[in-house]
Amino acid sequence: MADDKEREGTELVVAEFHKKIKDAFEVFDHEANNTVDVREIGTIIRSLGCCPSEGELHDLILEVEEEEPTGYIRFEKFLPVMTKVLLEKRYRPIPEDILLRAFEVLDPSKRGFLTKEELIKYMTEEGEPFSQEEMEEMLSAAIDPESNSIRYKDYIAMMVVDDG
Amino acid sequence: MSTHDLEDMGCGTSSSTKDRKSEKALKAALVIQNWYRGYSARLKARQRYALTIFQSIEYADEQGQLQLSNFFSFMLENYTQIHKKDPELVARLFGSTLQDYKDRQDYVSRIDVPDSYHGPRLQFPLTFTDIDLLVEAFKQQQILHAHYVLEVLFETKKVLKQMPNFTHVKTSPSKELTICGDLHGKLDDLFLIFYKNGLPSGSNTYIFNGDFVDRGKHSIEILMILFVSFLVYPNDLHLNRGNHEDFMMNLRYGFTKEILHKYKIHGKKILQILEDVYTWLPIGTIIDNEILVIHGGISESTDLNLLHRIERNKMKSVLMSPIPLDEDHDNDLKKNKINTTIIPREVKTNGSLSEQLTKHEWEQVIDILWSDPRGKRGCYPNTSRGGGCYFGPDITSKVLNKYQLKMLIRSHECKPEGYEICHDGKVVTVFSASNYYEEGSNRGAYIKLCSGMNLRFFQYQVTKATCLRPLYQRVNTIESSAIRILKERMISRKTDLIRAFQLQDRSKSGKLPMGQWAFSMENILGLNLPWRSLSPHLVTIDKNGNINYMSSFEDIHIQKPVKEAQSTLIETLYRYRSDLQIIFNVIDSDHSGLISMEEFRAMWKLFNSHYSIHIDDFQIDDLAERMDLNKDGSIDFNEFLKAFYVVHKLDNVNKSDSKLA
Repeated sequence: MADDKEREGTELVVAEFHKKIKDAFEVFDHEANNTVDVREIGTIIRSLGCCPSEGELHDLILEVEEEEPTGYIRFEKFLPVMTKVLLEKRYRPIPEDILLRAFEVLDPSKRGFLTKEELIKYMTEEGEPFSQEEMEEMLSAAIDPESNSIRYKDYIAMMVVDDG
Repeated sequence: MSTHDLEDMGCGTSSSTKDRKSEKALKAALVIQNWYRGYSARLKARQRYALTIFQSIEYADEQGQLQLSNFFSFMLENYTQIHKKDPELVARLFGSTLQDYKDRQDYVSRIDVPDSYHGPRLQFPLTFTDIDLLVEAFKQQQILHAHYVLEVLFETKKVLKQMPNFTHVKTSPSKELTICGDLHGKLDDLFLIFYKNGLPSGSNTYIFNGDFVDRGKHSIEILMILFVSFLVYPNDLHLNRGNHEDFMMNLRYGFTKEILHKYKIHGKKILQILEDVYTWLPIGTIIDNEILVIHGGISESTDLNLLHRIERNKMKSVLMSPIPLDEDHDNDLKKNKINTTIIPREVKTNGSLSEQLTKHEWEQVIDILWSDPRGKRGCYPNTSRGGGCYFGPDITSKVLNKYQLKMLIRSHECKPEGYEICHDGKVVTVFSASNYYEEGSNRGAYIKLCSGMNLRFFQYQVTKATCLRPLYQRVNTIESSAIRILKERMISRKTDLIRAFQLQDRSKSGKLPMGQWAFSMENILGLNLPWRSLSPHLVTIDKNGNINYMSSFEDIHIQKPVKEAQSTLIETLYRYRSDLQIIFNVIDSDHSGLISMEEFRAMWKLFNSHYSIHIDDFQIDDLAERMDLNKDGSIDFNEFLKAFYVVHKLDNVNKSDSKLA
């Protein structure tokens, strides 16, 4: 009995995940033919609350691509893979405190801010580097115009409130 | 390597402090980058959702146009019924096509341009300096005097009349062609295009693909610049008709209002002439016998040969479908809902047979002006807009092949990047009004091409601020704007929504599971939106994930003009207020803002029966009485309609809340 209930519960959860994934997919399905441009897959996956790294994203794309990549991802292939990701709670987002610590690591002298040049250097040279567009986008919101620096504590507080 | 383990320093084989430090920095950078990309993607998704909302509602509104069209046909078919009560009414409604305006010389020359007028003064025959003059003047926010507006309109009509339905254009390696899409009264976008791409001239050819007017605030200025440029360079500036170059659409979507506001004395005359000028705009352009440029799209029955032949000026408005006369008449009598006989001879509306298009011809033009391409194969009625069709890639291939064409360039749909390519590269959409729905909603674009068919796309976005606001602010703006109009939509169907919710909520708990709530929303509102993702903006959700369905209506309500008025009545009037506005504007042919009580009652009765609205006539009468809008037997309908507006309770709160802005 308990097993049945549990199964029913899971089925409901899966059904709801399916609908959620379908909704997110459809918004990017411009031609209404159940495909999206592969370049939008990252956005779709992240809009569903997951935070894969670029490397992890690349692997996911390989899973959902056609044998012969067409530049488009079909919904039929995307759905089962994405459902599994959600069920397994993979790629959980970064908690606020970890994010703060990351900034603090880059600011060892504990000034409370990073200069524009420092941020650019780290973001475009280390890890999974930003493109120029990504860097500009981040700077436009993060820079405190008066000091021309990034007061990361304030920045995080602002972003976290806004992120649905 | 987990991106979260900042403290995990690896397996402890001897690494120098420097290595350890840089590894730490690497991990930190990864954390920040990962977080940022997630955040940025969610912003972009929210932007997309907002656009989807805007678009669905826009198309649903346009669907309302078809209902209105049906209504006019309905009225026409039942002419005699109305005729008995008010012979003037319908004649006036449709008599607008029988303008007998005075001879142009007579009229225009009688309008003096006073010495005190400091706006631009055009010199006929027009030359390049007049284009420049207008552009500079409009940049200074000046208004062109009615005398010149009318002169330009008369002159434009004269020249357009000589143009065929389709202009055939040739490019050459040295001569590029620029194609622009919808402008919708956004003058800043036109200025930006001219700034980037140069003014029109003999060596700088332009095609403007329809929808120059409505929605934006400078439709008349755009029209004047385009028409003057056309008059100076008739072979190098091509104008295609869009679905908004239609006097009925203008009544609803703002252009009529703009003209009457800017030209208080001569506005009516301008509108009159404009109606006519629209009908003479060419249907499309064909480039190098290879590329078809039209505003909307095609259907499986699109017949270019027929379209080349028809008398395009008989297409007055999308809302005035040809009525059956004489030989069609007998067949259609049987379809008549009310058993009355139509007396066609007395119907002075679209006039005799020779003054109308046939139904087939009319539908061909509607398809060209209203259709949209879609990924699904085949051809289906365009249910979103209520006119034209959705055409698939197979239809595109079929029609293009039939006429030995290679590509279709069209506009009509707002695209986030200003343009979009579909149907295997055979269909291109170009849209030139940036920030169309809201500041930050989309880019505008134009196309440059020359022989050899390589298209080059140029994008832009007009911004009000001197420096671009960060993405999250722009997204916040369009998102709250979209949610706002969505909520207004919801409130206009409040009664139906609540009924649907309560039907499913057996235990009367006030809560529904997400799936059921989403289903009802889609069903009642008729909008295909990602309801689950939008739910946090529209309702409150309890900890079990269930929706408190009444919570949507807590912070928003329709202002009741009179306390005693019933909610359903108010809701209905609010929902149909755009339609009512058009109807009232049509009746009010002298644009005084007043219609008689008799007309008001007659209109309401018909509207009521056609739209199957269950509201008693006396309720409307009563309402009008109480609102005290009756001024000597006339109703000030603008006041009437203005009284039905939505109050967002949180409006005052938001203004004082500095939030993230």
